[in-house]
Amino acid sequence: MIKVRNLKKSFGHHEVLKNINVSVQPQEVVVVIGPSGSGKSTFLRCINLLETISDGHVYIEGIDLADKKTDINKVRTEVGMVFQQFNLFPHKTVIENIMLSPMKVRKVAAEQAREKGLALLRKVGLEDKADAYPDSLSGGQKQRVAIARALAMEPKIMLFDEPTSALDPEMVGEVLEVMKQLAKEGMTMVVVTHEMGFAREVGDRVIFMDGGFIVEENVPSELFENPKEERTISFLSKVL
Amino acid sequence: MDFRFDLISEYSSFFLKGTMLTIGLSIASILFGTILGLLIGLGKMMKNNFLAQPFAWYIVFFRGTPFLVQILLIHFAVVPLFLGKTNAIVAAILALSFCSAAYIAEIFRAGIQSIDRGQMEAARSLGMNHLQAMRYVILPQAFKRMIPPLGNEFIVLIKDSSLAALIAAPELMYWGRAMQGQYFRVWEPYLTAAVIYLLLTLSLSFLLTKLERRLATG
Ligand SMILES: Nc1ncnc2c1ncn2[C@@H]1O[C@H](COP(=O)(O)OP(=O)(O)OP(=O)(O)O)[C@@H](O)[C@H]1O
Ligand SMILES: [Mg+2]
Repeated sequence: MIKVRNLKKSFGHHEVLKNINVSVQPQEVVVVIGPSGSGKSTFLRCINLLETISDGHVYIEGIDLADKKTDINKVRTEVGMVFQQFNLFPHKTVIENIMLSPMKVRKVAAEQAREKGLALLRKVGLEDKADAYPDSLSGGQKQRVAIARALAMEPKIMLFDEPTSALDPEMVGEVLEVMKQLAKEGMTMVVVTHEMGFAREVGDRVIFMDGGFIVEENVPSELFENPKEERTISFLSKVL
Repeated sequence: MDFRFDLISEYSSFFLKGTMLTIGLSIASILFGTILGLLIGLGKMMKNNFLAQPFAWYIVFFRGTPFLVQILLIHFAVVPLFLGKTNAIVAAILALSFCSAAYIAEIFRAGIQSIDRGQMEAARSLGMNHLQAMRYVILPQAFKRMIPPLGNEFIVLIKDSSLAALIAAPELMYWGRAMQGQYFRVWEPYLTAAVIYLLLTLSLSFLLTKLERRLATG
């Protein structure tokens, strides 16, 4: 579903990703952990080309993102992304946030888009907030709307970049719950997070990144119980 | 000092004509200036430095030279070059549009750049192309922030239109000067003009404040 081959990314002379190789199978939930600045966000953003690829390849269902001829807008409709800072559109209501892209990009009729949007809001438990503006929502509610907005495009893959890091502790649970549900339904997910509980419970595989490399990857129980690399051990000793 | 209201009322039809032209010049220049300003602002924001350069020079020139010099240059040199002979109204509209466009371009650029980067990223990650993201996500938000500085710029434009009197465009200030020449009075014509300009700029401020309220959400 996602295949990353020899991916490298530099900002100027600063090489942030150094030869990343990963494959993600359909319906798999891959959790990415690692210290700050290790390149987790950059890696995730290369998967939907929010960052250009300096070298190597990223394939989404066989389509090479590094190929200049690839229609990136089309690929992005298949890859949803949820940001740490929510990035809801403040000038639009909750339901308008969700309806906008299906209507403008997929050319779905307003009525259908609305119906679908309301169904998604029901799914994330926010049906009553359809006509509210984002500013009036709590952080947890905003993030759930952001997830619903991404799902409205019916993506095959969902990317999460620290979706709960900007939340007050009491709101983390409600967002993780939605993500858990999504995983259960078989969504292919790549999740950057510091929530080790979530990684353990929901992840099929955990990737530990450091210094622009994938240092170690394994099923959660193995990686957390029996880390093999020195750097993994020292990182886990700090966060667990 | 005796203040001759009767002279003002005698001259009122000229003031009315002048006011109409001032309004006309202002509206036309606000329209052209805004469109041109948007284009120049977009031009200056182009990633390709080579292509963006001329737009930057445009802004440097029109912000860095006196409006009086610009209007005289356009009236006596530029318009005759293209039309054969000059035309004060055309020259006034061009000068006001060109000059305000330079400021509007910067207002526009600042407005767009003030919108958080995450907004563009969210829109693009949902599959919108750059144009759609601009149109549905960035510009509506930027526009709201641009209203106050745009309002200031439009007020400056209305006031600057008085300099068109110097190229004999028969707008408000032109008739003020004419009245001074005819009656050898100074208070009546210039105070009348001042009051009318004040009414125009205040009405514009009022309209823009209302627009801003209408667009406020959340
Ligand atoms: N647009 C950019 N321009 C220059 N350098 C960047 C840019 N984005 C990221 N970097 C650098 O790349 C490195 C990796 O950043 P990245 O955001 O991918 O790390 P991260 O693992 O997500 O960290 P965090 O846990 O803090 O989010 C950092 O050193 C960062 O300063
Ligand atoms: Mg990050």
